[in-house]
Amino acid sequence: MTGSNAPAEATDFFHDAPAAPAIPETPVRKFNINFGPQHPAAHGVLRLVLELDGEVVERVDPHIGLLHRGTEKLMEARTYLQNIPYFDRLDYVAPMNQEHAFCLAIEKLLGVEVPIRGSIIRVLYSEIGRILSHLLNVTTQAMDVGALTPPLWGFEEREKLMIFYERACGARLHSNYFRPGGVHQDLTESLIDDIDAWAVAFPKICDDIEQLITGNRIFKQRNVDIGVVKKDEALAWGFTGVMVRGSGIAWDLRRNQPYECYSDFDFQIPLGINGDCYDRYLCRMQEMRESTKIIRQCCARLKGTPGPVMTEDNKITPPRRAEMKRSMEALIHHFKLYTEGFRTPEGEVYACVEAPKGEFGVYLVSDGTNKPYRCKIRAPGFPHLAAMDWMNRGHMLADVSAILGSLDIVFGEIDR
Amino acid sequence: MSDLEALGQSIVTNSTGAITAFSIAFDELTLTGPAHRVVEALTQLRDHPDCRFQELIDLCGVDYPDRPLRFDVVYHLLSITKNHRVRLKVMTDEDTAVPSVTGVYPVADWFEREAFDMYGIFFSGHPDLRRILTDYGFHGHPLRKDFPMTGYVEVRYDDALRRVVYEPVKIAEFRQFDFLSPWEGAQYALPGDDKAKEGGQ
Repeated sequence: MTGSNAPAEATDFFHDAPAAPAIPETPVRKFNINFGPQHPAAHGVLRLVLELDGEVVERVDPHIGLLHRGTEKLMEARTYLQNIPYFDRLDYVAPMNQEHAFCLAIEKLLGVEVPIRGSIIRVLYSEIGRILSHLLNVTTQAMDVGALTPPLWGFEEREKLMIFYERACGARLHSNYFRPGGVHQDLTESLIDDIDAWAVAFPKICDDIEQLITGNRIFKQRNVDIGVVKKDEALAWGFTGVMVRGSGIAWDLRRNQPYECYSDFDFQIPLGINGDCYDRYLCRMQEMRESTKIIRQCCARLKGTPGPVMTEDNKITPPRRAEMKRSMEALIHHFKLYTEGFRTPEGEVYACVEAPKGEFGVYLVSDGTNKPYRCKIRAPGFPHLAAMDWMNRGHMLADVSAILGSLDIVFGEIDR
Repeated sequence: MSDLEALGQSIVTNSTGAITAFSIAFDELTLTGPAHRVVEALTQLRDHPDCRFQELIDLCGVDYPDRPLRFDVVYHLLSITKNHRVRLKVMTDEDTAVPSVTGVYPVADWFEREAFDMYGIFFSGHPDLRRILTDYGFHGHPLRKDFPMTGYVEVRYDDALRRVVYEPVKIAEFRQFDFLSPWEGAQYALPGDDKAKEGGQ
């Protein structure tokens, strides 16, 4: 019985009430806070629902999909050539690496060989993409923990690299440059010289950035021993790329399952030891230097390898414009390719590349028509972000942004 | 690729029925098995000394509306120590749940949520089977072949109500241009062709 009708509680007049403790224990209320979707350290449109006990994170629930555009659905209604630009819009920090995976998948279905010059250009631009992505990530990781100068320095270099993108394909970001069977256009001699000159100068910039960040006391306090991932954990959570190499697993698709002509190049795979945020930063820094080496080798090889950059099979790649002025056959090929497109044989393939963020895969199911029946895009950031909850438990609130920064996520590819 | 064939043979014989068949196409090994034993199959693939597929790279659905069991659930696995890949496919329909493999590979959590969101495939034993990519309060499963390209609702900001409102889509139906050449072995009859068949041939 409760309320005003309830009998008064029996009172014991012979005993005093127990002495109250000196400091009364107050129950601590758990906090639920929203991190994002408009938080500068959320790297785009991520909404994290954090459950906090004081300042300790108890649970992280990432809400993703705010940038979901239905790429996979759209691709099912378009021909293969029309689908390539969608890949620029996935990981928009390193567009050509994504196109590469899609082209490799189509080439696997069709059984097309890429001419050696086209292959070298692909490697060259994939490595430029890697530096583009790492420059952004490394410097914004520093920004997430409070440093403002590194992003400014990094973006200056990114600007130069984007101009190389523009000079190759006409667009700074959404390049649409790789094609099944090669790349769209050849590079000019002066462009190769300029890329080479840039690659000679770049290690100095790396030194400068490293001088700002690597030994920095604040950066180390915020990153060393934070977000530690052990080897077996990295595998169980489906990590790839720098996320496994930071934990000391020697795994790089460029070396372990070589695609394109990566086996011809001389480069090292940097590995971390502790698997914390700081090691992942060091790996990325070192990878940029290794990519610069590959770029220099590509430039040297390109100067000595003239030839076509796309396969000459006009059932898959369009004929040259000059040829179309004279040849009826070429005109027909051109018309057919840009209306019907090419068909792929029935079957399913999985092709993957070592994108800057990890393994970027394309699972392509073809039903024999000119459009993909199903195209699943395996974005490396997706499993990395899925492990956010597990990685953050027991860390402090301030570590959330440091861990998020070291995951290297871009929402274009996670939300698709 | 006799290596792949040997691997496929040994996987099928060791699986005691959890993996029933294998095929090799485009230098890739594809395994198939019954959906209700998928946890067993993946545990074997992860732990058997010949396989050692430590990593679940990808999990996705594929829709074939003409089949009685319309969905494929496709698992892509990678072994870092053995340096090989494999694909496992199981079939299911709209009502039958596939056992969740989050116990074998924790990464399957989000992948299964995505497959549920996109196709409406159920995963039994999943800790938290919510939608993941689509909007809060979304209806339907967008990657099914019978889901229209334009969707059913669109959003706009309403000045009077001072909030975002949902409305049925107003844009014209998405036109799917069919450029497939009818002279090169199209499997279906084009409109008009059906008469020709009835008449003379």
